[in-house]
Amino acid sequence: MIEFRNVTKVYEAGNRALEGVSLHIDDGEFVFLVGPSGSGKSTIIKLLTAELEPTSGSIEVNGYKLETIKRRQIPYMRRTVGVIFQDFRLIENKTVFENVAYGMRVVGASGKEIKTRVPYVLDLVGLENRGRRLPHELSGGEQQRVAIARALVNNPAVIVADEPTGNLDPQRSYEVMMLLERINALGTTVMVVTHEQELVNRFTKRVIAINEGRVINDGMDGYYINEES
Amino acid sequence: MGYLFREGIRNLYTHGFMSFAAVCVTVACLVIIGSFSLIIYNLSIFVSDMEQQNRVLVYVDESYDTAEAKSVGSKINLIDNVRQAEFMSREEAGRRFIEQQGGGEAYEGIDASTFRDRFVVTLEDNARMEETVEQIRQIQGVASISDRPELAEGFTTIQRILNIASVAIILVLLVVSLFMISNTIKLAMYDRRDEIAIMKMIGATDRFIRFPYFVEGFLIGVISGAVAFFIEWGLYDLLAARITQMQSLQLFNIVPFREVFLPMVLTFGFAGLFVGMFGSVMSIRKFLDV
Repeated sequence: MIEFRNVTKVYEAGNRALEGVSLHIDDGEFVFLVGPSGSGKSTIIKLLTAELEPTSGSIEVNGYKLETIKRRQIPYMRRTVGVIFQDFRLIENKTVFENVAYGMRVVGASGKEIKTRVPYVLDLVGLENRGRRLPHELSGGEQQRVAIARALVNNPAVIVADEPTGNLDPQRSYEVMMLLERINALGTTVMVVTHEQELVNRFTKRVIAINEGRVINDGMDGYYINEES
Repeated sequence: MGYLFREGIRNLYTHGFMSFAAVCVTVACLVIIGSFSLIIYNLSIFVSDMEQQNRVLVYVDESYDTAEAKSVGSKINLIDNVRQAEFMSREEAGRRFIEQQGGGEAYEGIDASTFRDRFVVTLEDNARMEETVEQIRQIQGVASISDRPELAEGFTTIQRILNIASVAIILVLLVVSLFMISNTIKLAMYDRRDEIAIMKMIGATDRFIRFPYFVEGFLIGVISGAVAFFIEWGLYDLLAARITQMQSLQLFNIVPFREVFLPMVLTFGFAGLFVGMFGSVMSIRKFLDV
C-alpha cells in the first residue's frame, strides 16, 4: 500500500517539485502515473523509495512511515518495493542469472533458495535460456525483462516502473506492459510511471495525472489526460 | 559471508585496471617511505658509530704501578654514563705510538716510562661528556684527561637534526601518500558508483555493500605490502652492493637487510593493510549516501 498525504517537496534551489500531493494506492492495484517531463513524477518515485525526504506531508509505503523511518530501516523498506528503471540499471559484469540472484543475496537467501527461485522468475519473464548471458549481449527489451525479474525475485508487495518502455520500440513496450499486467494479476501492486499516452490508452487501468507538481486527475477511465484535453 | 568474500576477490579482477592502479600507487608510496626510512636509519647508525669512536683518554698518575693503575679503572666504571673503561699499559701505549709514527730508527730505545698508563673510556651518552669528564677528574689517581667535547657536541647536534628531519619528512611523505592512495581508491569507487546505487536501490544494507570492498581493500593492501617489500629488499641489496664496491664510501657501513627484515615486514604489512582497508571503507562512504 502506498499513501501520500499532502506531500510537498521543495528542492534546495527553491524549485517546488510537488505541491500538496495526496494519493492512495491499495494492495493489488495497477496504476499509471502520467504527466509531462518535469511534472514531478520522478520526485514521487524518489520519495517513495526514500531517496528523498518530503519537505512537508507524510508518506507510508507498505507499513513504513517514511517521515520517521531510521536510516538503517531503509534497506528493509526498499526490499518491499521492486523498482524498474528506463535505463535498466543492470550490473554489467554480472550475468543475467547473477543480476537476478543479487536481489536475493541482499536479503540473505541461501544458495539453494536462489537456485530454485531465479530460474522460476526468469521463466516468468521469458528469459529461461538467457541466464548465462551478460547484459550487453541482450536486446533492450530483454534487458528490461531482466530488470523486471530482479525487481520481482523477492516477491515485493509493490513494483514501481519508472518509464520502463522509454528505451523500447512499440512492440517491445507492449510486451513489457503485458508482463507487468501479468505480474499484477498474481497479486503484486504495480505502479507504472510514463508519459506515453498511446500505451496508457491501450489498457483500462487507473490513471493518476500529475502536472506542475499537482494531481490534476485520478480516475478509472483508463485515459491519459494531458494538458490539451 | 562466503559469498561476500568471493565477491571481494572477484571485484579485484573484474575491476582489474583500477585495482592495478591502486596497487601501483600504494606500492610506489610504500617504497618511497620505506627507502627514506632506511636511508635515515643507516645515517643514524653511521652517526652513532662515529659518536662511539669519540673516546675519552684518562691518564693515570705516573707514580702508580700497574696494579694500582688498574684499580682506577674499576672506579671509572662505576660512573653511570661510562660504558667501558679499557686499560692500556704504558708499554702498549709506547708500542702504538711508534706504530703510528711509522717506526724507524728515531724511535728506537724510547723507554716505556716515557708514557703513562691510561684508560680508553667510551660513554653511553656523549651529550653528557662534560659532566662525566668532571666526575672522572674527581677520582684519585687520575692525572689528566684528554677529551674533545666540541666533537661530541657536533655529533649530538647532527643526531638531533637527523631525528627531527626524519620525523618531519616521513610525516610529510605519509600524508602525501595517504592523499594519493585515497584519491586512487576514490577514483575506483567513482567508477562503481552506479553499481553501488543499484545495490542500494534493491535493498542492500551498507554493511552488505561494504564488506566485499573491505575484502578487496585487504587484498590490495596485502599485495601492495608484499610487492613493495620485495622491491625494497632488491633495491636495498643492489644499492648496498654498489656502496660496498665504491672506494670513496668505504667508511660508510650499510646495515645488512637481514637486520631490518622483521621491522620492514611488519611495517610494510601493516601499512599496506591499513591503507587498503581504511582507504576502501572511507572512500565508499560518500557513495553509500543514496
